[in-house]
Amino acid sequence: MSNAANPRQIAIRLIFISMAAIMLLRLLFLQVFEDKYKIMANDIAIFRKVVYPPRGAILDRKGRPLLYNERVYDLMVTPNTVPKTLDTGLLCNTLGIDKATFQKLITRARVRSGSMRKGVFIEELSPEQSARVQENMYNFPGFEVSERFIRTYPNPYAALMLGYIGEVSPEMLKKEQYASYTQGDYTGMNGLERSYEDVLRGQRGVHFLERDNFNRPRDPYKGGSLDTPEIAGKNLELYLDEDLQAYAEKLMQNKLGSVVAIDPQTGGILTMVSAPSYDPNLLKGTERARNYSKLYRDATHPLLNRATQATYQPGSTMKPMTGLIALDVGAITPSFGYPCRGGYYACGKKITCLHSEAGHAANFRIALAHSCNSYFVHIFRLAVDAAKFGGVKKGVQKWHEYCSNFGFGRRTGIDIPFEGKGLLPDSNTYNRMYHGSWNSCTMLYVGMGQGEIALTPIQMANAMCIIANKGYYYTPHFVRAIGNNPKDPHLQPYLEKHVVSHIPDTTFNVIHAGMQDVVEHGTAMVAKLDGIEVCAKTGTVENKAAINGQAIKMQNHSVFVAFAPRQHPRIAIAVVVENAGFGATWAGTIASLLMEKYLTDSVRASRKPLEEKMYNANLISKYTYAIDSGQRARDAARRQRLMEQRATRDSLQRAEDSARAATFLKKYYLNKNNKR
Amino acid sequence: MSAANKSIFSRLDAPTVLLYAALVAIGLTAVFSVEYRVTDPSIFMMSKSHMKQLTWFGISLFVGLLIIFTDSKFFSSFAYLSYTIGLFLLVITIFAGVDVKGSHSWLGVGSVRFQPGEVCKIFTSLAISKFLSSPETNFQTLRHRLIGVAIALTPAVLIILQKETGLALVYFCFFLVMYREGLPNTILIIGFSMIALTLATLLIDRWVLFGILTGLAIIIGYLIRRELRRNVLARVLLIGVWGFCMLFSQVLVPFSFKHVLQKHQVERIYTTLGQKMPEAYEKEGAKDSNKKGNVSDYNVLQSKIAIGSGGFWGKGFLNGTSTKNEFVPEQNTDFIFCAVGEQFGFAGSAVLIGIYVSLMLRLVYLAERQRSAFSRVYGYCVASILFFHFAINISMTIGLAPVIGITLPLLSYGGSSLLSFSILIFIMLRLDADRSVMIR
Repeated sequence: MSNAANPRQIAIRLIFISMAAIMLLRLLFLQVFEDKYKIMANDIAIFRKVVYPPRGAILDRKGRPLLYNERVYDLMVTPNTVPKTLDTGLLCNTLGIDKATFQKLITRARVRSGSMRKGVFIEELSPEQSARVQENMYNFPGFEVSERFIRTYPNPYAALMLGYIGEVSPEMLKKEQYASYTQGDYTGMNGLERSYEDVLRGQRGVHFLERDNFNRPRDPYKGGSLDTPEIAGKNLELYLDEDLQAYAEKLMQNKLGSVVAIDPQTGGILTMVSAPSYDPNLLKGTERARNYSKLYRDATHPLLNRATQATYQPGSTMKPMTGLIALDVGAITPSFGYPCRGGYYACGKKITCLHSEAGHAANFRIALAHSCNSYFVHIFRLAVDAAKFGGVKKGVQKWHEYCSNFGFGRRTGIDIPFEGKGLLPDSNTYNRMYHGSWNSCTMLYVGMGQGEIALTPIQMANAMCIIANKGYYYTPHFVRAIGNNPKDPHLQPYLEKHVVSHIPDTTFNVIHAGMQDVVEHGTAMVAKLDGIEVCAKTGTVENKAAINGQAIKMQNHSVFVAFAPRQHPRIAIAVVVENAGFGATWAGTIASLLMEKYLTDSVRASRKPLEEKMYNANLISKYTYAIDSGQRARDAARRQRLMEQRATRDSLQRAEDSARAATFLKKYYLNKNNKR
Repeated sequence: MSAANKSIFSRLDAPTVLLYAALVAIGLTAVFSVEYRVTDPSIFMMSKSHMKQLTWFGISLFVGLLIIFTDSKFFSSFAYLSYTIGLFLLVITIFAGVDVKGSHSWLGVGSVRFQPGEVCKIFTSLAISKFLSSPETNFQTLRHRLIGVAIALTPAVLIILQKETGLALVYFCFFLVMYREGLPNTILIIGFSMIALTLATLLIDRWVLFGILTGLAIIIGYLIRRELRRNVLARVLLIGVWGFCMLFSQVLVPFSFKHVLQKHQVERIYTTLGQKMPEAYEKEGAKDSNKKGNVSDYNVLQSKIAIGSGGFWGKGFLNGTSTKNEFVPEQNTDFIFCAVGEQFGFAGSAVLIGIYVSLMLRLVYLAERQRSAFSRVYGYCVASILFFHFAINISMTIGLAPVIGITLPLLSYGGSSLLSFSILIFIMLRLDADRSVMIR
């Protein structure tokens, strides 16, 4: 039967070959022509692990950490690798928990991340717990201690300025600037943490790992050749002096207000206090959920950064500015005097001056030292009514331009977010208020820093810098260097010298002389320092508040601005203490102590009683709570009203819609029936 | 007989030996690559499958050596006895078998386990060869044909009783052998028609199929109406075929799906066809297994992903992300082809398929050059068994056939499989060495 020509053996061979051909054809499609399987293979088998680099620390001017990453330990468990023979009792003893808690925790881990994968057993072990567990680790198979970092503040200073981090919200994720974030990522929410987010955050690394059918990562994919390494966040070095900050916060305790001290040579912020302050550790990590609303509801508004967001009428601290403008526009000369007898009557109503003796406003310098209201109101009027401008409206515009150049009415551009603008009136403001019929008498209070003008403390301090520097400033900022690099591109805006006007140095010298007299034999003798020429101006600001629906005149705000030394100034400072009283008594003393501390590194023993007085004074007005609850009630009422309006609008809209729909349906069926 | 004087080793067919060695080597490499981890301290770890497989290869070579030194006449005289022993083992297994992964087809002797169904392929091959080559057999008679079919299918029935349907299917390969030895051509036509009918039954709705078949019968009847009028046989044949088709599609398939086959088998068949299993075949009490989703669907999808992601040149040795990380179940036994497909791509798969086809064609060539009918039939048996395993296994990994648990010859990890295929091939080599001798 066996011969080569047997057609059946050929048939069998053909069957073999055709089967192979079918397979090859199928494989060709599967492996070469289709790429969906390749994509699916990568999707299921490659684990993209995002590695978060450590966030940069924030250091003060002497390199002391103000904010850094603290190592914390979590106890992790992989439930299905825990043997039945585990000494549960020993583990419970070591951790100081009972067996019921143990069961609860292990069930939670099982539910959260499954039996196969590692899940959190206990978050943030206490130091004792972690020490004891790590010692006994070999007894607990299936358990493992993993470390991670949380942001921590070694000392409770500068909470609002440093800020805090928090999880990005869904709303934030929609914005372009958060394109590189995913749900669950942390980002700076406030303060420096927010404005230097890019720098502090570093660059996240991406590691590709192969994973198995239980999603457990295994070997690096392609030997790690596709991985991007993570880059650690850079450190921020500040101008802020931790000692000075601590001292300032202590001086401001139990007060409402703020302190801003700037180095005029660089624009670097030496200290910034918003009182009352709080311990920033209250808002770190898991603590925030517990404490945030408490702080938010507090009547003293600790979450409001009064140094950059609150605005105050500058009061008499406006007077150097008024004088500067009057001198520069040529409305007066330094020897100009005003015969003040305790009041200003030129506009029909009396404006009281604290001084009534003859000659207390004999020339500019003397008038400034005595802070004569009549004198400054008068020269303000002279300046805005100056003949060369041709009318008060143009004069006020010119005045507005001067003030605006000094940073009033606009954000200084400081490197923490949510800065306030303050209030600076121009002709339009008064046109709106008085329907066009007004003159310099209408607005004369502005000349003495009352009325329609409001400044943030940072604006006040910045204006001091300009005066101290005789006409230039650097945008106030906290950060001196980023990762040891003072010329980092992020700092470029702060390295630029802003020359604000071309007021001659001689004019500034007149102002300086006047401000020095304020300290030497004027209203602020408390601020006198040995061997240092201090220039300053007090301010006592009248203010009103709404209590039970009535505008009540409150205790004056105590305001103080200063710089020192007069030649080559090293510090410019603005202090506001709300509802405290006379400018020199509170704000002046605090500013003076701070300047002394900064310039001489210590405070004279003779001034200790003053220091004590500041520490012990409680100047939080008893009306604060009434004002706050009134304010909150008004806010709530407004929200309620808005909601009601919206609800009404909605129901009207809905009624209209359903009516329209009914009409439409009616027409539709009518047509249909007609067609039939 | 000058050839007989040479050393026995020089008379072994070199190409077959080389192809065999190549497949075993590829198998070891594939098994190694599946279990390899970067963290492994050494590649010589006895706990790893590739080392066990290497041990089994050693045992196979030893047994092969014994076969080589055995007289070639021994195999034909031993044929019926071995077949009887094989059947006996299969019967014992039905009662004393060990359950492994739902099948009842393993016999355990101490710690060693083996599958009689696997070994019985050798014995059945020998018995069929002996029967077809005996001078008393006239394969043109129906009686002897039926005996032949009975020899082939008795083990299959016994294996089905052990719930190992996949392995039983392999015994159908002997039809290929019997076809070579004179089974009528119509058997192939009937075979293919049956496959077509089965597919139609599964894919087309019952009543639609009824209409189509009846319509087809009427059209054919109309076309050959003259023949029908004249010839009684034609009428009987037409009505008989129609009747059988009806019976098959309307009664037999639904019945066997409902009562004979296991639920997972039905599921696999529908999965392969890309269909959802009709609810009518849901079995009572088996519904809870539905919770996990379609398991066989998952297997085939993962297998396809692994192979498909290989591309033309593959991901490279030890870079198979799907196979290495246990996405494909049973990956070093039934789905070992995935490892080759993923790591070496289309090129590697084509080479592997080429090696298999070469081995099968070589075996057919060897068979055809035998002087004795026994050796020839046996050669065809080996080639056919290889072919069935090869065709079904690879088809199921690439989604052409339902998932049936049968191994890829010489590649899949597993002692029984490697040893039995080695024995099959070594016996053929031994017979071929004496190809000019008449063996009865």
